[in-house]
Amino acid sequence: MIRERYLNMMVLALLVLVPAYAVLMDEPFTITLATRAVIFALAGVGLNLALGQGGLVSFGHAAYFGMGGYAMGILASHAQNYEPLMEVPFVIEGTNSMPVIWLVAIVASALLALLIGALSLRTTGVYFIMVTLAFGQMFYYFTISWPAYGGEDGLSIYVRNQFPGLNTLDPIQFYGICFVLLLAVLYGVNRLNKSPFGLALNGAHQNEERALTVGINVYRLRLVAFVISGAITGLAGALFADLNRFVSPTMFSWGVSGEIMIFIILGGVARLFGPVVGAAVYIMLEHFLGGLSEYWFIYLGVILLFVVLFAKGGIIGGLSKKETRHAG
Amino acid sequence: MPDSILSVRNIEKSFGALKASDGISLDLVAGEIHALIGPNGAGKSTLIKQIAGGLKPDSGSVAFMGRDVTAKSTAQRARLGLGRTFQISALAMQYSVLENAVLGAVGQSGSVFQFFRPAMKDPALLARARRALDRVGLQDHEDIITSELSHGQRRQLEVAVALTLEPKAFLMDEPMAGMGAEGSRELTTFLQELKHEAPILLVEHDMDAVFACADRISVLVYGQIIATGSVDEIRSNPQVRVAYLGEEEPV
Repeated sequence: MIRERYLNMMVLALLVLVPAYAVLMDEPFTITLATRAVIFALAGVGLNLALGQGGLVSFGHAAYFGMGGYAMGILASHAQNYEPLMEVPFVIEGTNSMPVIWLVAIVASALLALLIGALSLRTTGVYFIMVTLAFGQMFYYFTISWPAYGGEDGLSIYVRNQFPGLNTLDPIQFYGICFVLLLAVLYGVNRLNKSPFGLALNGAHQNEERALTVGINVYRLRLVAFVISGAITGLAGALFADLNRFVSPTMFSWGVSGEIMIFIILGGVARLFGPVVGAAVYIMLEHFLGGLSEYWFIYLGVILLFVVLFAKGGIIGGLSKKETRHAG
Repeated sequence: MPDSILSVRNIEKSFGALKASDGISLDLVAGEIHALIGPNGAGKSTLIKQIAGGLKPDSGSVAFMGRDVTAKSTAQRARLGLGRTFQISALAMQYSVLENAVLGAVGQSGSVFQFFRPAMKDPALLARARRALDRVGLQDHEDIITSELSHGQRRQLEVAVALTLEPKAFLMDEPMAGMGAEGSRELTTFLQELKHEAPILLVEHDMDAVFACADRISVLVYGQIIATGSVDEIRSNPQVRVAYLGEEEPV
């Protein structure tokens, strides 16, 4: 048994060493896999804030993932075709600048999470799961039937968006961008978890009545957490679209919501690095098992069942001993 | 009443045909322990919920510190200074004792939307939390995870968390439940001290405990308060003996 903090350090080291090795060995495909893992991890870190810390089992986080993806797709496609997004009352041009796209993705998914959260947080338990799922599916069908941006076929962006001073088409440089963003978000979420806000959020998850009777407006608390959660997943969506240089309604599908949830369960619910480990393991399983059989989901199911039944706290929980919250 | 901290006026609440609160009026005055007793199903929980927030009366009003709080939420009433403890301990069980107390301090200070500074390193929050733990005698247990506390210690922690709010009144739901004779006695002594800071409205099943510590008692039967008075008055009230103490005629 090792301390969770050392385990986290090892995970970070692997996320540096594996791509470095891939560069040395000239295996760009491995870098792409690692990039996928890091982006999925980021989406999971977003959901984990709501699901792990807040106990808000959102089965519709694909909505924010997709929103981030389409923020990128729409802005980049306008830039690609030299058509402004709108001309009246003022002109808004498309853009292929990553920082601008990220900002738009974050703001758009935060607003969407505010809207969906404000409505769905009035319910609890299974109803909450179903309402969030319904909202996610609503966007899925909307993008399928909306012809302006590719409809069912999705939207291809031929050139990866630009980041000042970097060549984003070089796999390792794009990986670097995603990795640094993941680090920044992990740092922020770690601070958030330990802040009064995080203490209250998790406290309200453990005992809502207690949070209310010490004067905490639990609804508003959860809504803010839900918005931050959606914004992080939205940022991941924008990166995912840039990785593939393609967006499609699939990003909005409930399968994506389920996958993001699997990362968390696999790695460890409410553990800071849970989704990171979960996403990395998922990508590895997908790569190795998927190569063996088309039906690799069966094996994934067995592994998931094993983790849920025998490893309390997911892979992280199974490998590390419990760290008291205020020790750090 | 002139120095009434909490005053309930003509509260009515029905669930279908059942009148759970049938014109209840009640006062909690400064410096007293006011016990609310009544047989099962008399409507005690319904009344408590309407006083604490979370359930809105059909008619009537609840005033706290001279302000009408009938339309206010549980959280708003807590911020005004209504401290609450529960029959079944309402605590964050995975948190340490200190974390639970800090949670109270966070609610009290209104610092819920501080996102960056660690709560467990904030001197003001820690000082407030530790002061409350000191009061109930849990100062040497602050690192223990709450789920590992004994039943009695959880009760103490409940009171400590309420204390972090510096309440103007306490609402305690069966604080003696499952405490044992020794623990009950200690808690009674503590409540006798506490009532001088903030009056206590006590819902309690344990008759001996009620008679030992209450200054006034109100008896709730079928959604109505049939008597309010001192311990002796309630003991000798024939109506109460019939309805609640289960005696036909006083001997």
